Amino acid sequence: MGAIYKKELRAYFTTPVGYIFVAALLLLSAVAFSFTTLQVQSWHTTQYFTLTLFIYVVLVPVLTMKSFSEERRTKTEQMLLTSPVSLTGMVMAKYFAAMTLLSGVVLVTAIYWIPLYEYGEPETAVLIGNMIALILAGSAFVGVGLFISSLTENQMVSCVVTIVVILLFLVATFANSYINSPALRTMLRWISVFSRFGNFNNGIFDIAAVLYYLSITAVGIFLTVRVYEKRRWG
Amino acid sequence: MDKTETEYMIEVEDLVKRYGQKYAVDGISFKVKRGEVVGFLGPNGAGKSTTINVITGFLSSTSGRVIVEGHDVLDEPTAAKKLIGYLPEQPPLYLDMTVDEYLNFTYELKGCRYNRKKHLEEVCSVTKIADVRDRLIKNLSKGYRQRVGIAQALVGNPPLIILDEPTVGLDPKQIIEVRSLIRALGENHTVLLSTHILSEVQTVCDRIVIINKGKIIADEKKEDIVRAAEDGRAYVAKICGPTREVTTCLRSRPGVIRVERSGERDGDAHSYVIESEPGTDVRKAIFFALAQNNWPLVGLEPVGEDLEDVFIKLVDRSDTKKPGKQNRKPVIDNSDIERKEG
Repeated sequence: MGAIYKKELRAYFTTPVGYIFVAALLLLSAVAFSFTTLQVQSWHTTQYFTLTLFIYVVLVPVLTMKSFSEERRTKTEQMLLTSPVSLTGMVMAKYFAAMTLLSGVVLVTAIYWIPLYEYGEPETAVLIGNMIALILAGSAFVGVGLFISSLTENQMVSCVVTIVVILLFLVATFANSYINSPALRTMLRWISVFSRFGNFNNGIFDIAAVLYYLSITAVGIFLTVRVYEKRRWG
Repeated sequence: MDKTETEYMIEVEDLVKRYGQKYAVDGISFKVKRGEVVGFLGPNGAGKSTTINVITGFLSSTSGRVIVEGHDVLDEPTAAKKLIGYLPEQPPLYLDMTVDEYLNFTYELKGCRYNRKKHLEEVCSVTKIADVRDRLIKNLSKGYRQRVGIAQALVGNPPLIILDEPTVGLDPKQIIEVRSLIRALGENHTVLLSTHILSEVQTVCDRIVIINKGKIIADEKKEDIVRAAEDGRAYVAKICGPTREVTTCLRSRPGVIRVERSGERDGDAHSYVIESEPGTDVRKAIFFALAQNNWPLVGLEPVGEDLEDVFIKLVDRSDTKKPGKQNRKPVIDNSDIERKEG
């Protein structure tokens, strides 16, 4: 498992994918940050974190799009699947590789907060809580991305479908203004990654939301393993 | 399991792999002894790769068992996979890696515990890729890529090497190199070599398993396989001597069915086609009969002994069996072979 993890992480930087991801995430979140705080002379980070979540929608799929698609297309998966590594081990290795890169970049963005302390009184706990929430939401997206990547040989299909699915997860709650059925509204609110993110912005460390993000991750990983099992038995 | 009990490296028992209604592999059984080099032969689409994929654990079987050195690939996949070095039909190469990075990755993936530097150096020198270790795999030629693929299978020194069509797409010189490499491997490993190229089997393997349409149609030692397809055996003999007497003399020998002059001449020798009963070797009898009469025998060649002919004959024979009938028994009953081995 360690071997696959290392290989994945290195693969991000032997191809442009890792660089594009890091550069785009840093650039876009920096732009979002300066427009929502420095430009408007505010030290409230609510808008910044919300915007970052939307940046994820486009960038996380870039991270996961080739995880399994590429291996399948080039037939290198035969090597992984005939090596003495379990299916779960293989999927987890890829998950952790994507998460390492993602968390790394999110941690780097903490530099942005430094000027806030110069001009205002941001609550460090809220900032850290939000950062953890971002990483967890990212983890849920990675889970979804890995699953979709395991379904297709085509990286672009994998990327686009992941973007659409994550977006639906994110904005499920927006549809609520057009829906009368209370049951449906509750369900959509439950599914929505976005509505769950709100509490973190308000300074509440929402355990239910944490569990929700981790569950989506787990389901994503589980389904990916199932896809491989099914193909073996197919 | 105790190692002394497992005389066989691979045991395949009544393996079936079905895709929907199509049987890719339909009830095949064979065993590979420790140290054997077995050629797994068949036309394209016969089920070779499917069988190999089941043995390596890449696919699972619909029914039947595969045991690798005492480990069932379904029950103990990790233990079984550790014993196998596998080169798939398309070498599983990460093109963005250098050869060295790739082999190091393989080494870690297989969880090897050797002196890494020394082990990888050995593997590289055996496969003759030491001079390209620092190059990116995507910049290598097909021959080198194939050898890197074989190197990958050798990392960790697994006792069983499975190669799926290792010489496809190589130039003749590379083919010879890869074959001599496989022969060298056979000295210390059990090798299962899948191919549809007959000369490959002929030069490399001890035993041949021929498969067609998901069934085994022959499973014999290389020398014996020719006999399996024979309905009788024919020779071309070149004999100096009076043609009528020679013909009569040879016809009177037991086991000889037919003697005819082919009309060709080689110096003062005439050519004859001699056909014998299946299972009888008449060559010595011919020699002594001619020697008694002082008719020199200047040439004696078997006709149709080429493996190519045998193969085509066997495949055709199995094709002409009634299609659609789910006959689970191999066309050539290999129960007597198993008796011989067991």
